[in-house]
Amino acid sequence: MREGTKVDYVIEMNHITKQFGDFKANDDITLQVKKGEIHALLGENGAGKSTLMSVLFGLYQPEGGQIKLNGKEVKINNPNDANDLGIGMVHQHFKLVHNFTVLESIVLGRETIRHGFLKMDEARKKIMELSERYKFKIDPDAYISDITVGMQQRVEILKMLYCDNDILIFDEPTAVLTPQEIEELMKVMKQLVEEGKSIIFITHKLNEIKAVANRCTVLRKGRYIGTIDVAETSKEAMSEMMVGRKVSFIVEKGRQKLGDVALEVKDLVMKSKTSGKNAVNHVSFQARKGEILCIAGIDGNGQSELVYGITGMAPLDGGQVFMNGKEITQESIRQKCKDGMAHIPEDRHKDGLVLDFTLQENLVLQTYYEKRFQSHGFIRFDKIHTYAEELIKQFDIRSSQGAVSQARGMSGGNQQKAIIARELDRNPEVVVAVQPVRGLDVGAIEYIHKQLVRQRDEGKAVLLVSLELDEVMNVSDRILVMYEGEIVADVVPGEVTVEELGLYMAGAKRSVGNEA
Amino acid sequence: MKRKKLFQGEGIVNFSSSLMAIIAGLLFGLIILLISNPSQAWNGFMMIIQGGFTDGISGIGNVLYTATPIIMTGLSVGFAFKTGLFNIGASGQFTMGAFAAVLVGVKMTFLPAGLHWVVALIAAMAAGAVWGFVPGLLKACLNVNEVISSIMMNYIGMYGVNMAIQEFCYDQVKNQSLPVAAGANLPRAGLDKLFPGTNLNTGILIAVIFAVIVYIVLNKTTFGYELKACGQNPSASKYAGINAKRNVILSMVIAGALAGLGGALLYLANSGRYLQVLDVIAAEGFNGIAVALLGLSNPIGILFAGLFIGHITVGGYNMQLFDFVPEVIDMIIAAIIYCGALSLLFKEMIHKFQQKRTKKSAANGKGDK
Repeated sequence: MREGTKVDYVIEMNHITKQFGDFKANDDITLQVKKGEIHALLGENGAGKSTLMSVLFGLYQPEGGQIKLNGKEVKINNPNDANDLGIGMVHQHFKLVHNFTVLESIVLGRETIRHGFLKMDEARKKIMELSERYKFKIDPDAYISDITVGMQQRVEILKMLYCDNDILIFDEPTAVLTPQEIEELMKVMKQLVEEGKSIIFITHKLNEIKAVANRCTVLRKGRYIGTIDVAETSKEAMSEMMVGRKVSFIVEKGRQKLGDVALEVKDLVMKSKTSGKNAVNHVSFQARKGEILCIAGIDGNGQSELVYGITGMAPLDGGQVFMNGKEITQESIRQKCKDGMAHIPEDRHKDGLVLDFTLQENLVLQTYYEKRFQSHGFIRFDKIHTYAEELIKQFDIRSSQGAVSQARGMSGGNQQKAIIARELDRNPEVVVAVQPVRGLDVGAIEYIHKQLVRQRDEGKAVLLVSLELDEVMNVSDRILVMYEGEIVADVVPGEVTVEELGLYMAGAKRSVGNEA
Repeated sequence: MKRKKLFQGEGIVNFSSSLMAIIAGLLFGLIILLISNPSQAWNGFMMIIQGGFTDGISGIGNVLYTATPIIMTGLSVGFAFKTGLFNIGASGQFTMGAFAAVLVGVKMTFLPAGLHWVVALIAAMAAGAVWGFVPGLLKACLNVNEVISSIMMNYIGMYGVNMAIQEFCYDQVKNQSLPVAAGANLPRAGLDKLFPGTNLNTGILIAVIFAVIVYIVLNKTTFGYELKACGQNPSASKYAGINAKRNVILSMVIAGALAGLGGALLYLANSGRYLQVLDVIAAEGFNGIAVALLGLSNPIGILFAGLFIGHITVGGYNMQLFDFVPEVIDMIIAAIIYCGALSLLFKEMIHKFQQKRTKKSAANGKGDK
């Protein structure tokens, strides 16, 4: 790139406006990406990042503005146009065919054909070369359904590279990855720009922007806030631009007042669904009132199964669960609910919400049958509406049509807020929260952590399952590390370093033995 | 202003998408008519469109009579569908209900006239409910796909009823069931006077009442809330502590009862229709699927969809005047359903149209100022 008075941009999106009905998802947004840079696109959920990228990718047609590629104005009518222009995208939710092999998935849509038959040899060669170059260690004949999420992402990346795309869009690529995978992804991204590709990196994680991005464009509520040089700007300044106010990264907690044991798990066993091993192998622990007990560990070490066992979402293969001294092992989910167990589920779309219901219907998912919301079997919609309005105000849940908006149309952060509002308003004894801030922006994370700490300060027991070390270290009072279905460490955040925690998580160290 | 809001409501969008499916289906029918007999095609087509209206008041009565059973099977399929179940077994439930009603009508002559038909209807609902219960139970407890088990129940129902007719209430000469006692027929309540020359009776009123009841149950009660939650997201309803198994069974039982009642309403009409001993699965069940799809599983929508299908079915009979076979109507219904599957596409088109309109009116508004 020559340095001159005029900077050359690979992509220029000038004054883009995109409307949905009366709602302006993008309002006069400008994004200019230089060749060979990683350009971060930062914004809260619902700030319009995905809409802007969908416009670039040809999924939406903007009402106003122009797109320039290498200085020439282009019209992108559909993703095929985008592809022809060398624009590729790794979507947040991968678009892969599960019963295809890696090789088949990559060449899908661009099959090499001879005499009407598939000719995979060349494709295989090219893909293996690419895989080698970026140290992807990919098995071209493995089925998509059998490989890890991290590997699936590599397949998506290879797909872009296979099509010789020069402009690569990564839509929240780290949301589903483990810390190690994130690090490797960052390396790959750096290597890609060194080879002359340009990357647009959509995220709301400031650490990652600091780590890889050159410049960063910030959006807030559909508007363009500014473009900054990452190296010269502090994390605090960036988050202020993004949220529109100062955000504290330190979770403020009051002095701990430990009470009685609220939740006790004894010798819990959950068999794995896929292998013959125990996903949760004779786990015992106690969580006391007024403490945030964190279950840390790398994804897939039995945390999900443990929570399913405690909350009753899956049958136990052994062991007992007590709440406030009362055995609840065999109780129905509804009874556990009544006894005061709140569950913020790992998968908010699958378990947490009925997406086609309205927000207000979702807010009474566990309480619709209570006297206050029904009389003689008829739902009292007026009461539900007032109740929902109250929660919406109290928990600041934002949506296009208030209480009657469809849950499906709400942003991830607000969906999560709705779940949290519903769970915490029931005044629970024990709060089980599984990755409650996954995929959320700093503003929402701060808010949700505050809510959890408030529960703790009010003398509730909070069981927090987290994969993110920052969260583990900042929020919890005590940390249990799970490795291969067993608890391998029981530590206190102040007395353990992140490195040490990493060793426990990787199974290289162990301080708690099997309880015989 | 209000009119505009109405125009933009989701309900009206759904309605217009169904309407477009109907228009597309009818055009397809016209093409078939043109191919089979070009000279009479237009006359035949007008017959279909006019449907029951061709024969004046008696034609309308016939439409209502024809619509009654398919409204009930439509409600059955639609109700199960709201719970996420595809009740393809409406035919079997319908047949079982019809048989139970006829059996009560023939055998339990000791019942007083005012009570006889009521008991017959209840028996029909019970029989249909049993036929819905089995697939529901299998689905809830053993996770057997309800489509397969209810298809099997259709055959069991059909052959079982054929055997049972020959055993209990057989008219050997005509190879059909014996006529029911007069008291078992549905009261006419003066409807035959209102629509002279038809078989119309209170059946249509009962169907309308049940459509309203189903609507209220689905939309206003905690039970309906649970059913819809289970239908739209089984995992989340489990998470919320809703007893999904119980709801699956109940939903199938109610769907079965609705279809069974449809059978009773058809065969207790004193219309000269008797249960035939034939190895054919009742078409009313499958028409019910069509009605439910066209009505977008909304009970009120199903009511009107049933009336419409009744309307063009009567039109199909009239069309025979012009040398067409009434089966053309079945093809048109199939085409309508086919287009109904494209309702998403139609919806999209309507949304686009609305956007254009609002844009235009916004521009006009600016001009005024």
